[in-house]
Amino acid sequence: MKELNKVMPYLLLAPSVVFLVFFFFSPFVETFFIAFKNAEGGYGLHSFRKMYDDLNFFVALKNTIFLLFAVVPLQLVLAVWMSLTLRKIKKFRGAILYIWTIPLGISDLAAGIIWLSILTERGYLNTIFLNLGFIEKPELWLSYEHPLLLFAAVAIAEIWRSLALVLLIIIAGLQLIPKEYDEAADVFGAGAFRKLFRVTLPLLKPSIQSALILRSILALEVFAVAVAIGGTNLPVLASEAYNWMANYLDYGVASAYALVLLALSIISTLGYLFFLRTPADAA
Amino acid sequence: MRKKAILYYGLGIFFCLSVLLPIYFLIVLSVSGRDAVYAWPKIFYVANLDWSMFRFFFEVEGVTRAMFNSVLVASLTVVFAIGLGTPAAYALARYNFFGKNFYRIAILFTRAFPVAILALPLTVRFINLGIYDTIWAVVIVHTALALPFSILIQSNLFQSVPKELEEAAWLLGCTKLQAFFKIMLPICMPSVAATAIFAFIISWNEVFAAAVLTVKNRTLTAFLISQISESPLFFQITGSFFLVIPTLFFIFIVRKYLFSLWGITNK
Repeated sequence: MKELNKVMPYLLLAPSVVFLVFFFFSPFVETFFIAFKNAEGGYGLHSFRKMYDDLNFFVALKNTIFLLFAVVPLQLVLAVWMSLTLRKIKKFRGAILYIWTIPLGISDLAAGIIWLSILTERGYLNTIFLNLGFIEKPELWLSYEHPLLLFAAVAIAEIWRSLALVLLIIIAGLQLIPKEYDEAADVFGAGAFRKLFRVTLPLLKPSIQSALILRSILALEVFAVAVAIGGTNLPVLASEAYNWMANYLDYGVASAYALVLLALSIISTLGYLFFLRTPADAA
Repeated sequence: MRKKAILYYGLGIFFCLSVLLPIYFLIVLSVSGRDAVYAWPKIFYVANLDWSMFRFFFEVEGVTRAMFNSVLVASLTVVFAIGLGTPAAYALARYNFFGKNFYRIAILFTRAFPVAILALPLTVRFINLGIYDTIWAVVIVHTALALPFSILIQSNLFQSVPKELEEAAWLLGCTKLQAFFKIMLPICMPSVAATAIFAFIISWNEVFAAAVLTVKNRTLTAFLISQISESPLFFQITGSFFLVIPTLFFIFIVRKYLFSLWGITNK
């Protein structure tokens, strides 16, 4: 019996370990081999050079990183704002929170198409503009002639779709902060802004950190939203990886793109871990 | 004070509308017919019900099959994510053993991987195994994505159940396995179900891997994205309608569990 108890946890873990080793960690390692393999069978930077020479590479890299900067900080600000608002709401709190979290289940592809139908030439936005007298006939905003608008549309769809994730993490974090801190700040006469920046946000730092890490990794992977709204006019790293894979059948370059994505994920994660670290004595 | 309350509720409703309006527009367009999709100016409500877009959608070759595949892949992903995840979660919650921390960190670590890094090499491997372009290929990748969530979430859930309940069952003569199925699982059933629904949603919504790993055996998302440059807007809208409606329903069911599912990101 004693013996069994020692082996038991390993037996319980075994199926998941076998699965993840086979289908998670070993493909991860294999990506490096595929990316660094040359046509002649040796190893080198062949695929990376090809990626570097690809006209779309720097555009995709730029779009992906700019989207990250446009989407994630704004989501954080909105999420903090919304969760502080929710704190003051007593009635219908549950209903409001439920509505706010609906996009959590909505696919990024559907989100892209939904916003496309709103922002398109004969869409709802232009109808509103017509009623307000801004325009007289349908205007095409989402074309290669307006790269900035295209970018903004993708950013809006992405913010709309994935804000709920940040919101949940921030609300969960806020619930961990004892009300006494708030009251103490009130007693000492701190204003709303001072309270936010001196009390709430510093205490919320661990939640902010995990929200930023998780969201940034997902934001770097942006794919379906960009393809649905921008088509080929707004290449991002993931859509390029997809193209090289599905259309040009070049696994090497596709893997090189995937590795660039991984590198960016790691850099952003380490960045948040470093810049938002909680000093040991303060914790 | 009154004024402030109005401000807060105003803000709350504003954010609600920002979430709901786009979904409302999607539904209005889906049931208003093809002409409404291209109408100018747009009408903000359903002027007359017209199901022709649905009829057209299902007449397109491959759509019914893609939808069936999506349901099948997501259901199988649930089976594997729970089947492989539950024992592991129980081990993490109830045993102390060498390597426990390493295992936990390795599981957390998987979240940092872009899907692309999984899907590309697995394509090569699946071709060799002869399961490329089958639903099993997609099921495997989706399980790899959902399993870490399933393990972490469930181990938190199991941990929150007092150990004494199980110990009492052991004393009364239950084996460990019996105690798990008769005590632990019934208590955790609702939250395990919520985990399962989450695994379903992860699979149902996943685009990249499904698109890369299939050619003929598409899931709904893979089908839509592979046709996106050639298909008309009204077709894409109907497709989105069918992608979104089941998840609206599911999120409603699991709304109480969202925090126990996502609160763990604080650890």
